[in-house]
Amino acid sequence: MSLASQSENTYAQFSAAEVGDYLALLKPRVMSLVVFTAFVGLVLAPSPMHPVMAFTALLCIAVGAGAAGALNMWYDADIDARMQRTSARPIPAGHILAGEALGFGLLLACFSVVILSLLVNLTAGALLAFTIFFYVVVYTMWLKRWTPQNIVIGGAAGAFPPVIGWAAATGGISLEPVLLFLIIFFWTPPHFWALSLYRADDYARAGIPMLPVVSGERETRRQILVYTLILAPLGVAPWLLGFAGPVYGVVAVVTGAAMLALAIRLLTEPSDRAAKHLFAYSILYLFLLFAFLLIDRAMGAHLGLMG
Amino acid sequence: MSEPQEQTGIVLTEEQKRRRRARSVAIAVSLGILVVLFYLVTLVKGPGMLQRPL
Repeated sequence: MSLASQSENTYAQFSAAEVGDYLALLKPRVMSLVVFTAFVGLVLAPSPMHPVMAFTALLCIAVGAGAAGALNMWYDADIDARMQRTSARPIPAGHILAGEALGFGLLLACFSVVILSLLVNLTAGALLAFTIFFYVVVYTMWLKRWTPQNIVIGGAAGAFPPVIGWAAATGGISLEPVLLFLIIFFWTPPHFWALSLYRADDYARAGIPMLPVVSGERETRRQILVYTLILAPLGVAPWLLGFAGPVYGVVAVVTGAAMLALAIRLLTEPSDRAAKHLFAYSILYLFLLFAFLLIDRAMGAHLGLMG
Repeated sequence: MSEPQEQTGIVLTEEQKRRRRARSVAIAVSLGILVVLFYLVTLVKGPGMLQRPL
């Protein structure tokens, strides 16, 4: 311990961080999903945005999400170091100092919120600020180490981007973005619990009360199915409520049924392989739902022009 | 007259200098993007940007 901290101190006298280490703090893969869902929320909104303003809004949302990621890595550096999945992140790997990550995260959080508020609108800025607060303080600092419901409640942070996108375009919120919020919100537990099923040892070692660690794998599989039973109909809801056309409807029914089938298989024939399948498919499922909301809207606009 | 000065304090290695330079360039690029962004947004929003209530 003393040896490790000594060598860390020598190393820490002057920052040796690469630009790429800072980019890694932004969690680029999470960011890509955030930007994509925010973009869908922005495009579906009834008031069209000037491309420059839309770009500004998406940039701020992306940077805000990155800031939340950096602050999460700053606070969680101790448990990231104990988990195989996260031990190569910049802070536990020794590439970046905890203080650097904290300063970087705070700076980007302030910039993204202020710029979004001033250049686009205050509603979007306030929602972005709340999302960062929710992810960093409510999820990372409070829920993650305390309750197996951590990712259920914390999932709200990941569900906000389409709402922010919608608010950026319209200045307000209505039923459609709330529906997009609910889809991501109910998608998060099956997605993360599938991952935690085959990473349960990792979470147990780090002392994180993930559901499989606390309540066992069988209970986790049962709850995955329960949330998927809510998620699949929610996925179809945009079509049923008339926000999206039949093309989206068909895709939502088919992909939702596949998600449900994988969740049922996980319960009846439990294996790491089944959990991995569900985890991988859940990402594709969410991507397809949002992509077809876009495609549906583009086709609708085209037909509208024709008619 | 003057003695050869001893190097004191932190002396950066070449690698550290290279990385510091890379970080500085990245910060400069980010600031440049911000300048262009503010310029474009001002053009899009027009002079009304200065007259709206805060």
